[in-house]
Amino acid sequence: MMLGILNGRVYDPIHEVDGEVQDVWMDDGKIVPPPATEEARRQARTIDATGLVVMAGGVDVHSHIAGAKVNAGRKFRPEDHRDHVRARTPLTRSGAGYTTPTTAMMGYLYAEMGYTTVMEAATAPLVARHTHEELEDIPILDTGAYITMGNNHFIMESIRRGEREKARDYVAWLLRATKGYAIKIVNPGGVENWKWRGNVKELDDEVIGFEVTPRQILETLAWVNDELGLPHVPHIHGLNLGQGGNARTTVETIKALDGRPCHFCHLQFLSYEGEPDTLPRSGAVQVAQAVNEHRNVTIDVGQVVFGSATTMTSDGPLQYHLHRLTGDKWLNDDVEAETGGGLVPMEYAPRNAANATQWATGLELFLLIDDPWRVFLTTDHPNAGPFFRYPYVIKLLMDRQARAEAFEEISPRVRKRSTLGQLEREYSLYEIAIITRAGTARALGLDNKGHLGVGADADVAVYVDLDDREEMFASPRYVVKDGEIVVQDGKVVREQQGRTLYVEPAYDRGIEKELRDYFRDYYTIQFDNYPVSPDYVPRGEVVACR
Amino acid sequence: MDATFKLVTGRTRSQADGLHKGKGTEAYRQATERVEMNQGDMGALGLNEGSTVHLRTDAGSVDVMVYRGELPSGLLFMPLGPAANRLIGVETDATGTPRYKDLPVIVERSVREGEAASDG
Amino acid sequence: MAKVVENAVCTFCGCLCDDITVEVEGNAVSQVRRTCANGRGVFMHYDPAPRQPTVRGEEVTWGEAVEEAATILSEAHSPLIYGLSSTASEAQRKCVALADYLGAVIDTTSSVCHGPTGLAMQAVGEPTCTLGEVRNRADLLVFWGCNPAAAHMRHFNRYSVTARGRLTPNGKRDRTTVVVDVRPTASTRIADQFLQVELGSDFEVLTTLLAFVQGKGDRLTAEEVGGVPMAELEALAEHMMSCRFGVAFMGMGLTHTPGQDLTVSELFKLVAALNDHTRFSVIPMRGHGNVAGADQVMSWQCGYPFAVNFARGYPVYGPGEFTAVDVLARQEADAALILASDPVAHFPRRAADELGKIPVVVLDPMPSLTTEIASVVFPTACYGVEAKGTAYRMDGVPIQLRAVLPTTRPTDEEILDQITEAVR
Repeated sequence: MMLGILNGRVYDPIHEVDGEVQDVWMDDGKIVPPPATEEARRQARTIDATGLVVMAGGVDVHSHIAGAKVNAGRKFRPEDHRDHVRARTPLTRSGAGYTTPTTAMMGYLYAEMGYTTVMEAATAPLVARHTHEELEDIPILDTGAYITMGNNHFIMESIRRGEREKARDYVAWLLRATKGYAIKIVNPGGVENWKWRGNVKELDDEVIGFEVTPRQILETLAWVNDELGLPHVPHIHGLNLGQGGNARTTVETIKALDGRPCHFCHLQFLSYEGEPDTLPRSGAVQVAQAVNEHRNVTIDVGQVVFGSATTMTSDGPLQYHLHRLTGDKWLNDDVEAETGGGLVPMEYAPRNAANATQWATGLELFLLIDDPWRVFLTTDHPNAGPFFRYPYVIKLLMDRQARAEAFEEISPRVRKRSTLGQLEREYSLYEIAIITRAGTARALGLDNKGHLGVGADADVAVYVDLDDREEMFASPRYVVKDGEIVVQDGKVVREQQGRTLYVEPAYDRGIEKELRDYFRDYYTIQFDNYPVSPDYVPRGEVVACR
Repeated sequence: MDATFKLVTGRTRSQADGLHKGKGTEAYRQATERVEMNQGDMGALGLNEGSTVHLRTDAGSVDVMVYRGELPSGLLFMPLGPAANRLIGVETDATGTPRYKDLPVIVERSVREGEAASDG
Repeated sequence: MAKVVENAVCTFCGCLCDDITVEVEGNAVSQVRRTCANGRGVFMHYDPAPRQPTVRGEEVTWGEAVEEAATILSEAHSPLIYGLSSTASEAQRKCVALADYLGAVIDTTSSVCHGPTGLAMQAVGEPTCTLGEVRNRADLLVFWGCNPAAAHMRHFNRYSVTARGRLTPNGKRDRTTVVVDVRPTASTRIADQFLQVELGSDFEVLTTLLAFVQGKGDRLTAEEVGGVPMAELEALAEHMMSCRFGVAFMGMGLTHTPGQDLTVSELFKLVAALNDHTRFSVIPMRGHGNVAGADQVMSWQCGYPFAVNFARGYPVYGPGEFTAVDVLARQEADAALILASDPVAHFPRRAADELGKIPVVVLDPMPSLTTEIASVVFPTACYGVEAKGTAYRMDGVPIQLRAVLPTTRPTDEEILDQITEAVR
C-alpha cells in the first residue's frame, strides 16, 4: 500500500532541500512520485507530518555491531549487561547490554533513533561467516561489513614481489568470499608486527617477515580500491591510535594518499599532539586543516561520550597497551594470515584530563572541519561510547549553550587550554542530516540511501522539532523502513528483516589455483570451505562496482 | 579392606567408541564400568586384574571391575559415563560444574565379587 | 552407485576437521578418509533410516509430537532448556528464541565442561588466537589438564605438535611440547616434557609460574610446589618467557577440579603476563563439535554464554543458579527441552534422576540415555551428515557443514520453529 508522509519539513541535502514543506510518497519499498489519481490518493495510507521534521533514515558509516570481536565483548562483560535490559513484548525479543547490546536489542535501539542502515566496521575475513549470522539476527536494519585487509599475508606478499595486480585480484576474490562491502585497513603492518610483540610507528617502518611498509600497504590498497571501482573508498584506522603526537602521522598519511579518495575513521583518536606515553593534547587544529585541504578525504569523528565504553579494535598492539594502561581485563585474538585485535573495558570521565582532551578533540574536529559532507557523526561504537548517545552528540553540535554547559563539567586543566571554548559554530538541521545520513550514504556509494528522491529506498525518519535536540533525535515520531512503519513514538511497532549489502567486483579466476596452494600451506580451513555461501545472505543485495 | 583414594574421570578412546555404537550397548558399558588403579595400590589391597570393587562417595556408590593403570599411588581413573556419575555429587560451588575430578572415594571389596555392576 | 563428497566437516569434537572425504553408497556412508576414530564413528555409525518421533514410547506423526511438546512446554511454570552443543547454530538461534518466548531457563553443556573457562574469561580476560597461528608460529606448546590424544585426536597433526607452517617448516622439530597432567596419558607420552603435578595443585603451580614471570621469584621460599621442584618450575617459566610464540591449551583437568574458574583464571593471568615478555595465547579445548557455537549464539542473543533465566522477561545470568545441574538438584524445573545432548549419561546421578521425574522433550538424531526417559523424542537430522548448517571450531572459526546424505528427517531448526509456532 502506498504511504504518504504529508506536509512535513523535509531536509534532503542530496537534493538541496532545506526544510521546505513537502510530501514524501512511497510504495513497494521505494520513494515514488505522488499518486497520479484521486482514487490512488484516497487508497493510500497517510501520516500528517505538519510541523514535523522529515529526513531519510540514518546511515551509520562506522559501528562495531556484529561478529567475533563484538561478541567476545558481550561474552566477557556480563557486568555491562545487567543494568541495561530490555523486556520482551508480544512483538519484540528481549535483550541486554549497554556498550555491547544483544542483536535484537541493537536493531531496535538503532531504529528507535531513526537509523535504518548501519555498516559493521571491521570483520576478519576468516570469521566473516560469524558476522553474517549475527547480521541476520539484527532486525530492521540494512547492514554490510568492512573486511580487514591491512595486515593480510597474501596482500603483503604480493606487494613485496611488486605484483599489485595479484593483490587486486585477491582483494576482489576476498570481498566476494566474505560477502563484504569495503576494504578496511587497521594499523597497517602494526597488527602483524604485534605477532612478534612489535608495532609500527611511522609510515616507512618495516613489517617483520614481509619487507613492506605501512605506506606501501595503504598505497596499494587505495590503488586496488580504485581499480575495482568499489562503491566505498578504503576505510582507514591509521597508525599510533591513542598516542600523544599521532596527529603528525595522521597528517602524513592524509598527504601520502593525496589523489586517492579515502575515509579515515574515528579520527578523534588519531588527532593528538604531544608525546607518546604522556598526557595528550588536542591536535584537532592541524588535523582539521589537513582534512579541509585534502578535499577527497572523508572522516568520521569517533566522538567520546562520558560513561562506559568497551574498546574493541583489530589493533592488537593498541589493545595490549590499553590493558597495561588501565590494568583492566584484556582479550586478544590473533587471526591466522589475516589480522588480529583485542578488547579492554573503558570508562570515560569528564574530570579525567586525558578523557576530557579526547572529548574536546572530537568536538573540535566537528567544528573546525568546514565541509559537513566530509565529517560524519560516529562514536566508533562502542569504543568512544554507545551508539544510542548520538542524539546527545547532536545536541552538543547544534546547541552552543548545551555545549558550554558540558564544557564546564570537564577537567579544569583541559578547559583552560582547549580551543573548544572559543568555537561558536552551531550545526543546522540540514548539516545534521548530512553528517548522519546524506553524507554518509554518499561516501558509502549507496545511491538509494540518505535521500528522499524518487527511487530511493523508502527509509524515512520523522522527528518532532524540539528545542532539546537530544530528546528530538532520541525519539522519532515515526520511522519507516522499506515503506513500512517500524517505529512510532520512539518504540518499535513492527519487526522485519533488513538486507545485507555487499559487493562482487570482477577478478581473474586464475588466481584461485595459487590460492589453493596458499590455503594448503598456511590455513587450517579448506579453500573450498572458506567462502561464505549465499545461505548466509538470504536478503543480500549486491551494490554495483563502477 | 577400606582405603580412601582420589578419583579422576575423563574421556577414553573406547568410551567414545562405545558412545558411537550406542550408550545402551555392551561396548559402552564395558568401556565405562571400569576403574584403573596403580599396580602397587592394587597389590596392597589384595586386588587382582578384573576384581570387582565397591566405590563409595558422599553422592553414591558403584561396583566396577578394577584394572592396572599408569597412575600415581592414591589416584583412581574412571572413564566418563553413568557408572562414574553415580559417584559425582551435585554441588557445583556456584559455577554449575560438578566436581568430576579430584573426588575422595572409598574403595571397598565388593560383595558381588566377579560381577560387573548393573545398578547400585 | 558411489558418490564422493570432499571437504566434509566432522562435528564430533572442537577440532571441526573440514578435510574429510566421505563416500556414499545409496543412502549410507560406505567409507570415510582422514577422520580419527571418533570422526569415523560420526559418519559410519550414523543410521539414516527414517524414524518416527515418539510420545511416551509410542510412534506418532511429527505434527502430533510437536503438539505434545508445545503443550508440555507451555503448561510448565519453570521449563529448563539444556544442551545445544551438538547441533548447528541455525538451530541454536531458534532454541534461544524459544527460551525467550517461554521465559525459560536456558543452559548449555558448557556448564559441565568449560563453564569455568567462560567465568575466568569474564573475570580476567583471555589472550587467544586461531589454530592457524599455532600451526604457523608456535614454537612452544603447553597442554594443561587435557588429553588430546584421547579427546581431540587429530589436533596434534592438524594444528599443533607436528603441524608444519610458515615459521615451522620442520613441524615437531621446530617446537617444544610440554604436557602438564596428574598421570601419564597418551598425550604425555609424545611430549618433549611431561610435567607431572599432584592432583589438586594446579592453582599453586600456576601461581608459582606467574610469580616467576612477574619477576617475583626471589620471594618464593618453597622447595617444591605440587610435587615439582622449584628449579624445574623456574626453568619452565624461563622457557615460556623466551619462546617466540607460545600457546597453552587447557581442558577439564582445570575446570573439573576444585578451584575451577579460579584455577583457569590463574592460567589466563599467566598467559596475559607472558605477553609482557613475548607473545603467548591460550586456546580452550572445547569438547563437543559446536559447543563453541552455543557460547557464541547465547552471547549474541542474550548477552551471556550459559546459565540464563528469561522468567523476568529479559535475560538474567546466574551460574550456579540457572545452570542445569543446580536447577535439577534443587528440583526447580517442571519440564525440560533437551537439544543435542545426553544429560542422563553425563550428569551426576542425582541430577540425571531428576530428569526422569519431569516431562522431557528431546531432539536428538540418535537414541541416548536421555531419549530413553523422555516423554517426547524427535529423531532429527544430524547436522554435518544429513543436513547443512554452521558450527564453530574451538578457536571460534565458523565452518559450514555439508550434508553428505540425502535429508530424510526434519532438522532441529525446523522442529524448534514448529514448536515455537505451536506455543505461540
